[in-house]
Amino acid sequence: MKWLERSGIRAPKSPGSNETLRKSHPTALRLRQSTLCRTPRGLADRIVRAVMLLEVKNLNIEFHDHDRPERAVCGLNLRMEAGEIVGIVGESGSGKSMSALAIAGLLSRKDITKQGEILFEGKDILNCSRSELRKLQGDDIAMIFQEPETSLNPLKKVGWQVEEALRLHTDLTKEGRRARALEVLRKAELQDAEKVYDSYPHHLSGGMRQRVMIAAAMACRPKLLIADEPTTALDVTIQAQIVKLLKKIREEQHTAVLFISHDLSLIRQLCERVLVMQAGHLIEEGAVEEVFRSPGQEYTKKLIGAIPEIPAACETRGKFER
Amino acid sequence: MKKKNWNLLIGGLLSGIMLLFIVVGFFYTPCSPEAMDNAAKFAGVSAKHLMGCDHFGRDIFSRILKGCGNTFIVAFGTVLIGTLCGIFLGAFTGYYGGVLDEILMRVNDAVFAFPSILLALVFVSLFGGGKYNIILALGIAFVPSFARIVRSEFIRCKNMDYVKSARLMGAGDLRIMFVHILPNVMPVLVSSVLIGFNNAVLAEAGMSYLGIGVQPPEASLGRMLSEAQSYLFSKPSMAFLPGLMIVLLVLGFSLMSEGLKRER
Amino acid sequence: MTELCSVIRCGVICEADYTGSRIEHADVCGTGMKGGDMKYIIKKLTTTAATVLIVSFLVFLAFSVIPGDPALSRLGTQATPEALSALREEMGLNRPLIVRYGDWLISFVRGDMGESYSYHMPVQSMILEKIPITLTLTVMSFLMMALISVPLGIYCAKHRDQFADRFIYTLNQVIMAVPPFFMGLLITWLFGLIFRLFTPGGYISYTKSVSGFLYYLIFPAVAIALPKCAMTAKLLRTSLLDEMKKDYVRTAYSRGNHTNGVLYRHVLKNALIPVVTFMGMALGDMLAGSIIVEQVFKIPGLGRILLTSISNRDYPVVQAVIVLIAAWVIAINCLVDIIYKIVDPRIEE
Repeated sequence: MKWLERSGIRAPKSPGSNETLRKSHPTALRLRQSTLCRTPRGLADRIVRAVMLLEVKNLNIEFHDHDRPERAVCGLNLRMEAGEIVGIVGESGSGKSMSALAIAGLLSRKDITKQGEILFEGKDILNCSRSELRKLQGDDIAMIFQEPETSLNPLKKVGWQVEEALRLHTDLTKEGRRARALEVLRKAELQDAEKVYDSYPHHLSGGMRQRVMIAAAMACRPKLLIADEPTTALDVTIQAQIVKLLKKIREEQHTAVLFISHDLSLIRQLCERVLVMQAGHLIEEGAVEEVFRSPGQEYTKKLIGAIPEIPAACETRGKFER
Repeated sequence: MKKKNWNLLIGGLLSGIMLLFIVVGFFYTPCSPEAMDNAAKFAGVSAKHLMGCDHFGRDIFSRILKGCGNTFIVAFGTVLIGTLCGIFLGAFTGYYGGVLDEILMRVNDAVFAFPSILLALVFVSLFGGGKYNIILALGIAFVPSFARIVRSEFIRCKNMDYVKSARLMGAGDLRIMFVHILPNVMPVLVSSVLIGFNNAVLAEAGMSYLGIGVQPPEASLGRMLSEAQSYLFSKPSMAFLPGLMIVLLVLGFSLMSEGLKRER
Repeated sequence: MTELCSVIRCGVICEADYTGSRIEHADVCGTGMKGGDMKYIIKKLTTTAATVLIVSFLVFLAFSVIPGDPALSRLGTQATPEALSALREEMGLNRPLIVRYGDWLISFVRGDMGESYSYHMPVQSMILEKIPITLTLTVMSFLMMALISVPLGIYCAKHRDQFADRFIYTLNQVIMAVPPFFMGLLITWLFGLIFRLFTPGGYISYTKSVSGFLYYLIFPAVAIALPKCAMTAKLLRTSLLDEMKKDYVRTAYSRGNHTNGVLYRHVLKNALIPVVTFMGMALGDMLAGSIIVEQVFKIPGLGRILLTSISNRDYPVVQAVIVLIAAWVIAINCLVDIIYKIVDPRIEE
């Protein structure tokens, strides 16, 4: 409810609380709110805006570590609704990872300037204080990374790392945290969760580590999960499993997923909407099937053309069907 | 906006000046460093004695020039012995591995267990002190460290693709070792040689301070320090000047190795 | 790693070798740690004992083969051949080397270290009362080093490239270049002669006054600790900054940790791994360094005995002191390995 109060609306106390609705049926919640506050027109606008989970407006990212400033992202605009699953595709250096890091609030180097707005539930997280940002990080916004090999602290047990977000954002007891950690590990389809809980990262394979990363990210039931090329470092069969897992998690928990990849076929399996980026610019946006059927840009056509044939063949056989 | 490599610049400059100093000291000193002049005991700074005189009336400036030279020779000899033996041992053990490697590395570990000064002390107690014994003693003490570095680099390099392709083209083991792998080991080796040089300077100064390094009446920085200790209150400059020289010598090389690391 | 490796003493210790080989062993193993721990420790203790044996044998070999005839040096050159051969028989010099080594080792372990040539008294009684002095000095300087360098390194890493960091970096670079004995001279001059905080050469035995003894040792301990302290702080700073660039740090931030949380809960332990190795080696070095610094401050410790025995060619004493120091250094190395194992779960053999 925090965000509603922040945007100036007192939600009425009602039997089916908005909190549960928000997690399970965002659209229903939106309907309810729009009927609740129909009267003043400006207010309704603000509600629609508040309901938008993530809104990136005219984001510019510049590096200043060389003689000439380098622009990594130019004027990116992006909107995501709660529970939506959006893909960003582009070659390396197209600024997709930079945008993801900026949205997760992880770009804080001094030689990088960021302009624009990143509104998370109406709150500008690009220009807010670090302590406010920290409250969101790991709680409402979680992130998984490209390299599962190095993204876990090698000296800490897996359980400790999965519990970390819980320790920072909830006041669960030790037993409560453990129970929750085991639960998310199981949800991430790790067999023998107790054993994984007590092992160190180097005991696990790459795919298992990425599952651990996903489990840790889901520990606090975030509203937005940013996945920055989570499958790039993994081999193909594991890739498919991880994509399936993300899909399952999103369906079960209604977490919005921002999935970043250079692999259009993965995006096709997973996402509803896709954004195509090239050299820092957003060049195309639309429903995945739409984009696949009639790509508007030459670049997008090339990207689609670059998909190897075999996964497509698998798809026709229904193995990876959406 | 490439930053200026101050470390390399200052280090190089410092080492350059010191080396110039040393070279000059080999050929020319204002006074004889061993000549005693009773009238000039504890003499102050003058045109004749740029840094004054010590308790025997010897010219401190000349003694420092000569002492730097002696320290440098010892350190240089030490590092030379250490590096050459280290490269050979490390290259062969690292490249071939096997039983020989196991045995040599055990011995290496055992020698390595001694702090280098201690090993040199054992050596000196067995063979006596003096400049050349010190070089040999410290040199042997430094071999294991260099051998270790070279060995680990060789182990890392020997399975790399460029080595395999060299082998395919029919290069012999020796050629692979010294023509193909060794240049790749150089960057690591150079900075450890510089640091090794510093340690040799410090060790030599320590040994001479204890009176078992360069033998009197020959001048040596460490020896000058130990002689100056009794007059620390009445004439502290007698201790400060040689000490400062050691610090500058070491500082120059350590800044240079620091700078080189950043260049890489 | 090369960055770290050359900061470490002499470049002499190739960190890359150490850590590299350690991590190579990090294979995927089961999670049953407890049994593995014990096995590892036992294995380490065995190899340590073996190294001590090798070293003591090498020392014994060196001192029985090289200096010539101990009977001759005991009796002097005017001795008659009969007396010499009698003494040789009495000292057991006619038996094979390995038997003599065994005898020597057994009596050494029992506490009988032979008899000094020049003082004609048992070596152990000469050495034993000196050990606490040198050991106190070493441990004291080690504590100083650890207590100063760790916070300093953290501070510099946190405020990197700011004025304080630059200043400390430069200062460290200079201090690292100062040999401990010259540092000792400077301290004697400054604190002893100018500020008159202690009397140079006025060593107080611990049998007389423990507090006076400890107070006097503070100054040599500083002289030994300062250069090592500078090196450790620098190493820790570099190591911390290297770790800060790693991916798991980003993960930690993404969970909402603040900078201190990331630093103390995640990075510090990782960054301390090379520092622990270095400190272990520093502890060995400090013992050797104390030999020289003891001379500066006129402390009658192990160093004094070692040096007088070297100039007197009093081999039994030299041999005993050397073996003791080597055993200490090897034991420290073993301890470091075990600490390593506890800190870093990746080491499994």
